[in-house]
Amino acid sequence: MEQVAFFAGAIGALGGAIAVIALRNPFYSVLALVVHLFALAGLFLLLHAEFIAAAQIVVYAGAVMVLYVFVAAYVGGFEEPLWDAIPGQRVLAPLLGLALFIELSIAILGTGLKTLESEGPVIPAGFGSPEAIGRLLLEDFLIPFEAASLLLLIAAVGAVVMAARRPALELAGTESPESDRIFASPPHGTDPAGDVAEPSRPGGNAFDSEARDAAAADLAPTPEGVTEGGPVPDSPAAIAPRAAGGVAPAIDEENPPPPPDDDDDGKEG
Amino acid sequence: MDLSWYLILSALLFSIGAGGVLIRRSPLVILLCLELMLNSANLALLAFSRSVGNAEGQIFALIVMVVAACEVVVGLGLIVAMYRRRLPLDVDESRGLRG
Repeated sequence: MEQVAFFAGAIGALGGAIAVIALRNPFYSVLALVVHLFALAGLFLLLHAEFIAAAQIVVYAGAVMVLYVFVAAYVGGFEEPLWDAIPGQRVLAPLLGLALFIELSIAILGTGLKTLESEGPVIPAGFGSPEAIGRLLLEDFLIPFEAASLLLLIAAVGAVVMAARRPALELAGTESPESDRIFASPPHGTDPAGDVAEPSRPGGNAFDSEARDAAAADLAPTPEGVTEGGPVPDSPAAIAPRAAGGVAPAIDEENPPPPPDDDDDGKEG
Repeated sequence: MDLSWYLILSALLFSIGAGGVLIRRSPLVILLCLELMLNSANLALLAFSRSVGNAEGQIFALIVMVVAACEVVVGLGLIVAMYRRRLPLDVDESRGLRG
């Protein structure tokens, strides 16, 4: 019975892993990884790691994979090109993986560990239960536990800083639809003159160039040490309040009606 | 099941993940392959923990899961930032640091 469960879990884990690297659409790769994680959680249960298996399903297959699905849907289903960036990459890489597997197998089986051929000792009841894990975490491994929580905090702050909107970056470089949308929507919603002037346009494309010019003019005078449009050594804290609320009201106060000569790129839209 | 079965399976999963990192060029799939490798290491840790009969190896696996979650968060933040700046989502195209 245990053999059957092991081989079922192993086949599921291997199939999921191969599907992750073989499927061409990243969205399907994420779903294949979910299958892999569920099969692996079954193997963890066979190893009497009940708490780890539950955490694997709840945290990994639940939360982390949802994050992956969101990013895969946000970035979009891009297909990888078929050509090799490095000549022979698609032939050499599986060979290197196979060589790594052979080397690991030789290393594992050649150690001469006596426990390799046994299931291990008879374990007490409650091995790997939440109670045992909690006792270990809070008594013997308290400092690694706190360090892990600190690491999670640092990673959360770092992700917010990295993925935050920085208008100076997007204005200095290329333009993206997200920056257009965040700049175009507040004057469209708050300015009645804009609605009168352009009543039938739903997206508000006419304000894009105006808002972009206003934002660029707003960033240019460098009141807080913001260097003019360069590739931003400036701190994100100096830029982020502008993106949140500083830019759009400034547009409303300075030039409420959209100048007719400024929205020529929005006419055809 | 013997310990060696679990270790061989772990080695196989790790090799698949490493091969995936070498083959694929989308940064999202490369992160997925890193997940494969970390999970295979978790499997080996739990197998050794069962084999020794000491639950401390499971603490290692738990910490590995925490570190993997941090890696996912930072990596996905990088991918979102690349997408915002209209950089190509291809690790071969991002060669600004190549000497």
